Amino acid sequence: MTDTPDLENNPTVAKIRAWRPEAISELIFFRGELTLVVRREFLRTLAEFLAADSYLAFTYLSDVTGVDRFPIEPRFELNYHLLSMSRRDTLRLRVRLPGESPVIESVVPVWPTANWHEREIFDLFGMRFEGHPDLRRMLMPDDWEGYPLRKDYPVEGPR
Amino acid sequence: MTIVQTATGPAKTMVLNMGPQHPSTHGVLRVVLELDGETVVKADVDIGYLHTGIEKTAEALTYSQTITITDRMDYLAPLSNNLAYCLAVEKLLGLQVPKRAQYIRVLLTELTRIGSHLVWLGTHAIDLGAMTVFLYCFREREKLLSIFEMVSGQRMMTSYFRIGGLALEPATGWMDRVKDVVRTFPSRFDEYEDLLTKNRIWQARTQGVGMLSALDAIALGVSGPSLRGSGVDYDVRKYFPYSSYDEFDFNVPVRTEGDCYARYLCRVAEMRESLKIVRQAMDKIPDEGPIKADAPGIVAPQREKMKIEMEALIYHFKIYTEGFAPPPGEVYQRIESPRGELGCFIASDGSPKPYRMRMRTPSFVNLQALRKMVEGRLIADVIASIGTLDIVLGEIDR
Repeated sequence: MTDTPDLENNPTVAKIRAWRPEAISELIFFRGELTLVVRREFLRTLAEFLAADSYLAFTYLSDVTGVDRFPIEPRFELNYHLLSMSRRDTLRLRVRLPGESPVIESVVPVWPTANWHEREIFDLFGMRFEGHPDLRRMLMPDDWEGYPLRKDYPVEGPR
Repeated sequence: MTIVQTATGPAKTMVLNMGPQHPSTHGVLRVVLELDGETVVKADVDIGYLHTGIEKTAEALTYSQTITITDRMDYLAPLSNNLAYCLAVEKLLGLQVPKRAQYIRVLLTELTRIGSHLVWLGTHAIDLGAMTVFLYCFREREKLLSIFEMVSGQRMMTSYFRIGGLALEPATGWMDRVKDVVRTFPSRFDEYEDLLTKNRIWQARTQGVGMLSALDAIALGVSGPSLRGSGVDYDVRKYFPYSSYDEFDFNVPVRTEGDCYARYLCRVAEMRESLKIVRQAMDKIPDEGPIKADAPGIVAPQREKMKIEMEALIYHFKIYTEGFAPPPGEVYQRIESPRGELGCFIASDGSPKPYRMRMRTPSFVNLQALRKMVEGRLIADVIASIGTLDIVLGEIDR
């Protein structure tokens, strides 16, 4: 688990490097899980590439989740957990977003399941997804102020 | 409101509010239906009525304390939630759990799966007008709950799996109850199938209803029996085995029809497969052996040791006051819960509390498929479709 394999020869990494070498800014390997840190502007095109590539076939998006690193900048983090059923392989994409403009292109056109995940992240973290078909509050009431999962939002709620 | 063309000319649609207090929404789900006569034109799903901020609460608790709130998400399968969370923390720590504990975990989560499917079958059947099945299912579920009560002291909010193993040694005689379940349940499953499988009313209400194609199901992220009813064999226990599932011999029931009836057959077949796993686990579980990993500072020491060893007492005090600190990093652990892929994402910053704990709950994702299943269909099929997705609002809203 602790020994790091040769990441550059990993088929997914090699394929992406051959496609757009500048798309990935960092490779992380921890506890057997591979994380690719993706530049914000490449996320959508990379998503299309990963889902459409007949060998990689990351057609199943398990989960999208946000992390707030307040007060560190870039403050927000998005983690996309992908699954390739044909190769029984998993992958995590990570995008970092700055605190003053947490905006990113939506991946709903690539994986429709992202619809509710992105809505939930918008609701609880206040990140915005450009091109999302229906970006409304989801778990909180429509007139709620603030974003509860942000680190500067107290556990007991606003006072 | 929109104008639709009907046989007698243009007509206005009607908006019907279903829920949040409605018996067939299995909790507090609200669906806003736009109807053209009896046909659903548009279905808008509204959730959040049971939002309790479990993910936020976890950030203020230590890793061990968080186990108790995972019970409360999917309250029909608390042990599955415990397992997903514990496996994620163990992965973060790089902790190996003793085989005996792993087999007991498998046995209990499979019993949980049967118990959860029993509730699903009973409530789904009662939604569609079959009263008897409900009473039978709850009769059998009681036996499973008594097993959980015997091992953990709780019928539902078990918190029995702990980081590194189990909370305590199962009570003497618990195996006899499991044996009783394994002996009696197959004939009970036959009873349900006698009542439903060839029942013409049941078939009429479920066959060709709530159609979901394999492509749509994958695109919408559907998992579990709801996905396997559409012909995709994705089961986390086979794809990414955890807790020694690779040592067990079982089949994954798959149907290709993609309707409510196919999902019904999948779940019933799954209950029989779960019994098969329980039977194998009973043979595998050794009578003696550790149920907790040997990890001082993470796993609480034995009571006896605390009376004679100073270090044990110090570890005990530290675990229950400040907890333990895993290395910084992120892990995502998926398991096959009764409803599908249950994923637990933990981001650690090296402190004794999870910096971020996220549960990817199968009900939340599966419910997205409802719209696809009901639009253009009759309003009565909405009830069947909600039932067949087997949702638990506690884990949707968290």
